[in-house]
Parts: sequence; C-alpha cells; structure tokens
Amino acid sequence: MGLIDYFRSSRRGKGSASVAKERLQILVAHDRAARDRPSYLPKLKQEILDVIRKYVQVDMDAVSVNYEQEGDQEVLELNIVLPDSAGPA
Amino acid sequence: MARIIVITSGKGGVGKTTTAAAMAMGLAQRGHRTVVIDFDVGLRNLDLIMGCERRVVYDFVNVINGEANLNQALIRDKRCDGLFVLPASQTRDKDALSTEGVGKVLEELSKGHDYIVCDSPAGIEHGATMAMYYADDAVVVTNPEVSSVRDSDRMLGILSSKSRRAEQNEEPIREHLLLTRYAPERVARGEMLSVDDVQEILSLKLLGVIPDSQAVLNASNAGNPVILDKNTDAGQAYDDMVSRYLGEELPMRFLEPEKKGLFNRLFGG
Repeated sequence: MGLIDYFRSSRRGKGSASVAKERLQILVAHDRAARDRPSYLPKLKQEILDVIRKYVQVDMDAVSVNYEQEGDQEVLELNIVLPDSAGPA
Repeated sequence: MARIIVITSGKGGVGKTTTAAAMAMGLAQRGHRTVVIDFDVGLRNLDLIMGCERRVVYDFVNVINGEANLNQALIRDKRCDGLFVLPASQTRDKDALSTEGVGKVLEELSKGHDYIVCDSPAGIEHGATMAMYYADDAVVVTNPEVSSVRDSDRMLGILSSKSRRAEQNEEPIREHLLLTRYAPERVARGEMLSVDDVQEILSLKLLGVIPDSQAVLNASNAGNPVILDKNTDAGQAYDDMVSRYLGEELPMRFLEPEKKGLFNRLFGG
C-alpha cells in the first residue's frame, strides 16, 4: 500500500466488511428458517385453504402457516383471517 | 474402516482441490494410508494439482463400470508412501456416478486405507451430492466474501439432510470450517470479513485459516501440493490444519498483517 492509498483508505473510515457481515447475518437467518420447514407446507396450506373456501370465501393471503422449531418441539401455527361479513359462501 | 472426508464449498474457485491435495498429503506424511478421489467428472483437476496428470490410465468411472479394477486406476504418489490418487473421468457424463457404484468403490477402498479424501465439484448438483453422501467428516472451504459464505451455509443444510448419515438417522457428519484466501491486511482495514465474522455467521468449528498466498499458485504451477512447501505461510497453515484435524490443539497463525517498515509503508506494494 503506497502513501496515496494510505490516505485514501483512512479517509474512507470504516470498510465494507461490516456491511457484508450485516447482510450475511440477515440472509443466513432467513435461509436457515426456510430450510428447516417441512417440504409439505405449501401443499398443506393450499389444501387447508380449499377446505375453508368450501364454507367461507377467503383470499390466499388470509391463511398463514408458520413453522417453528424449539428444541425437540415443532410448532405448526395456523392463522386464518376471516372476512368481516363471514357467512356461508 | 477408513474415515471418509469430503472437501466441499458450494461456490467454485475457493480452494477445494488445493485443500483436498494438501490434506491428503498431510495425512499420508503422518503415516496414514490415504487415498484422494476427484469427484468432478468431466472437469478433472486434482491430477494436475497432485502432479500426476501424465500417469492417468483408468479413472473413477472406469472402476464403477467394471472396466478396470481399483489397483489399475489408483495412482501411487511418488513423493509420499501410502498416498494414492483416484482421478475423475474427463469425458463421461456426470450421471456416471451412481450412489451404489460410489458406495462399492468407497467400501473397497475402506479396507486398505485409513482416510479417504473426497474432492467435491462446485455446485449442488449430482457430483457434489455424491461426494458428500458417504462422508463422516466435512471440510467446508470458505472465502471471506459474501457469496462464498452464503453458499457454504447452503452446503451445511444439504450435508445435514442429504447424506447417508442423515438418511439413516446416524450421528451427523462432523462439519469443519476452513477459511482460505485470507488477507489480514484487508481485514485490518475493514475491507474483508474477519475469521470471527465468518465463524459467527456459520457457527462451525474452525479447522484452519489459509492466508491468500503466492505459494498456492506456485505449488499448483509445479503440481506439488502446497503443504510440501514447509517454508511458506500457506504450506504451514495447511500443515497446522491437518494436525488440528487429527486432534492437536494449535493456535491459528497468519491472522495478523505483517509488520512493514517505514519505507515499505510509504512506497511498498
């Protein structure tokens, strides 16, 4: 590193590594959460939605399926938002 | 029974083959009967790094297909007793490696060797999954750079779900991190992820840190595993790595920038 580089790098202050680390931490956490989910989840969600639609007209977004792992326990959380005027379809 | 070690990464060009060659040579130098296998069917390179490219007659796929036996295909290393190379085929298609065929070859090799080092191709395709399928240990080679770290993490997911040990609910593959092309000066300037950063993100047992070194290119130019160059930084770092793999506790070296004199700091490169 020559003299000019030295001044250039000191002016830049904190380098890009901290940005890289931050981006990676978010990305890896996201990837890992997706990886641990069972592969049947999307199909499960679709079938639940089909059953609900037999009775109530709801959107795809109205059903959220959440999968979490805490130690040995696996928690499958199902959240269905019914429309305001929920009634027989 | 031999212990099977896969050298893997996901991303290409991070130093898998260099590491496979160095690790196999290091194990053999310590008296362990070792064979190193190139799983990169169609793009073999391990033979070049090991310096035995002109002695390849039969290859891995020939053995799987029964066109040659193992003794005909194994290349005995001339520098170190007890080290053999099993080259990949250069021409066949990638599906030539079947789970069954690979398993048979590994089982046969297992009888006469202590360690089998599998040099995985890049990617997560067939060749890479075959290289890791039977592994007992994995060395995940990673550069301190975002895409390499991400790919390594993906590889960890595959190791824990698509290996024989995972499928048969056995004790999982022992995973190790090897950081390569590490440039302490750039880390000090905040321009490169540090060892601690990468370890924090991947949370893996650190097996070694290999400095970004001219010695690696010199070694591959000559067809000598870099671990043979005992007076170079990379050679020593690989030697430490092998010792650590075998259970020795050694401090990490080459993590700090080299101290430069005033003259070098002003005018040096």
